[in-house]
Amino acid sequence: MKLYVAEVGDVDEAVIRDLEARIGERFAGWDVSRLGERLEVAGTWDEGRRQFASTELLRRVVAALPADGSKIVGVTECDLFIPMLSFLFGQAQVGGPAALVSLARLRPEFYGLAAAPDVVRERARKECFHELGHAFGLVHCEDRECVMSLSTTLAQVDEKGDEYCEGCGGKAEVRGFAKGRSEERE
Amino acid sequence: MKRQWRILVVDDEEVMCESLAAWLREDGFAVDTAPSGAAAVALARANDYAIYFIDLKMPGGMDGIEAMMTIRELRPEAAVVIITAYATVDTAITAMKEGAQEYIVKPCNPAEISLLVNRIIKVKNLERENTLLRQKLAGQYRFQDILTKNGRMQQVLELVREIAPLRSTVLVRGESGTGKELVARAIHNCSDRAGKAFVAVSCAALAETLLETELFGHEKGAFTGANGQVRGKFELADGGTLFLDEIGDISPKLQRDLLRVLQERAFFRVGGTEEVRVDVRVIAATHVDLERAVAEGHFREDLFYRLNVIEVKLPPLRERKEDIPLLAHHFLEQLSLEVGKRAAEISEGAVGLLMEHDWPGNVRELENAVERALVTSRGQVLSETDFQFLRASIERRQGAGAPDSMTLEELEKRAIAATLKRTVGNIKEAAASLGIDRSTLYDKIKRYGIAR
Repeated sequence: MKLYVAEVGDVDEAVIRDLEARIGERFAGWDVSRLGERLEVAGTWDEGRRQFASTELLRRVVAALPADGSKIVGVTECDLFIPMLSFLFGQAQVGGPAALVSLARLRPEFYGLAAAPDVVRERARKECFHELGHAFGLVHCEDRECVMSLSTTLAQVDEKGDEYCEGCGGKAEVRGFAKGRSEERE
Repeated sequence: MKRQWRILVVDDEEVMCESLAAWLREDGFAVDTAPSGAAAVALARANDYAIYFIDLKMPGGMDGIEAMMTIRELRPEAAVVIITAYATVDTAITAMKEGAQEYIVKPCNPAEISLLVNRIIKVKNLERENTLLRQKLAGQYRFQDILTKNGRMQQVLELVREIAPLRSTVLVRGESGTGKELVARAIHNCSDRAGKAFVAVSCAALAETLLETELFGHEKGAFTGANGQVRGKFELADGGTLFLDEIGDISPKLQRDLLRVLQERAFFRVGGTEEVRVDVRVIAATHVDLERAVAEGHFREDLFYRLNVIEVKLPPLRERKEDIPLLAHHFLEQLSLEVGKRAAEISEGAVGLLMEHDWPGNVRELENAVERALVTSRGQVLSETDFQFLRASIERRQGAGAPDSMTLEELEKRAIAATLKRTVGNIKEAAASLGIDRSTLYDKIKRYGIAR
């Protein structure tokens, strides 16, 4: 089973390499590969919102999934929106083939703070596992420590862990993609 | 297994509909979309949505407010959230006046919409809890409360619906725990007797003389300790329904008395000389084979025919296994309230285990199993481990379920496989349990090619 990581526009190489390694560790049994081509973001910029259209970018990620792949996660530096919401950390199709994660609002620089590469990598990991969890059929979890808990603020991203709780991990294991917190402790 | 609330998003812009729907699906909601007010109304007629997100400005025929007003008429209990990009005080006031629960301006912060949805769902959950508790308190059950996806059970409910308005005596048959009283209550509640009493008597629970007094009452001085006149269940059920459970267990004398009441609609209180006339619909229930009891002379044939005017036969749970997940979730929701302990769902593994079990005690046993798992569980999700107590009986049945033609060798193979499964492949434990030494067990595993 093959899982692709796609660059959507220009993306920080250090972050994407870290994600590839961490996805490989967490999603045991999956062959994690970088998509050969970088996906274009041109045409998704909305001048009024001064952001990129998430739904269109996710469509491009879905379309880029190679025939030998089962899942694909796109990573972008673009700040994403959907018409109803002012921003998104990421988007995925529940039980679908693709997920998309934006690094824009995970960076302290976005809020006028000093850069912190380690913090960004950790946040990216959480959001990546979260969105991939959706792609594997998981929905939001009420356990605030679980990586599948909903984060609508950066503080919530920082507060939650980067692991699946016992319940989500159990489902994840049934679906054959990752292990839950309790399993890893054993 | 979590209860899934349904949401409808109504907007003429496809990308708006689809992106909001996708975002809400990540929260576990089942979300549909509609491109116009008219399409939304058509969907509202056919489906029960908890929340409607409706865009105020939609071209053609029906705008957001009009769509909302029609939907509010169809589904007064649903919550409507009006969405607009043109925030004006006037439209907000109009929307709220016409019954919108909330009004939001797009684009909004994800936290804002998440809070809004959570607030509405919290109220929905409370309303549902309230309904469940009220039903429980009043002991009122309607057909909608009998949960089933099973074809045979649906035929039974169809029959029950047809016979509810009649006056005829009904005999409900089925194994213990299949819901005979629930069906009797549903018949009563759907008849024109619903406003009157539903009185239930378990005939097996009382000795003959006590049951006689219980059913027919007694006069003052009828026996030692009878200090005053007491009305029996037949009188208490006057105008309503009397449910006689375990009718197969009553004595020959009571069979005769009961036959007389059914024929003449009149009886005498114990120790009484004055005839008491009543208008009671009798619904009897039994788990015993009454035809056989008649053939063996234990049950009066004439009473059997009097009772068996309409027969309702309930299938055992093992013959309607597709209902197990539905019922387990229903009990979890109901028992969470009663036990005062929250568990949101039942894991897929646990549901698999529940499907494997044969449920000799039927729906009642399933309810008890969910309660036991809920009380002893530590997490938010009832897992396979929480239902481990069912494992022993499943394995016993699998081990004992040998067909007539099975060889001793095959029986031995099955017993070893079942024991290894129970001990999760622990050879030492399995050998001790089977009463053989480890090397013998290894030999047999190898010989039979049993996977550990």
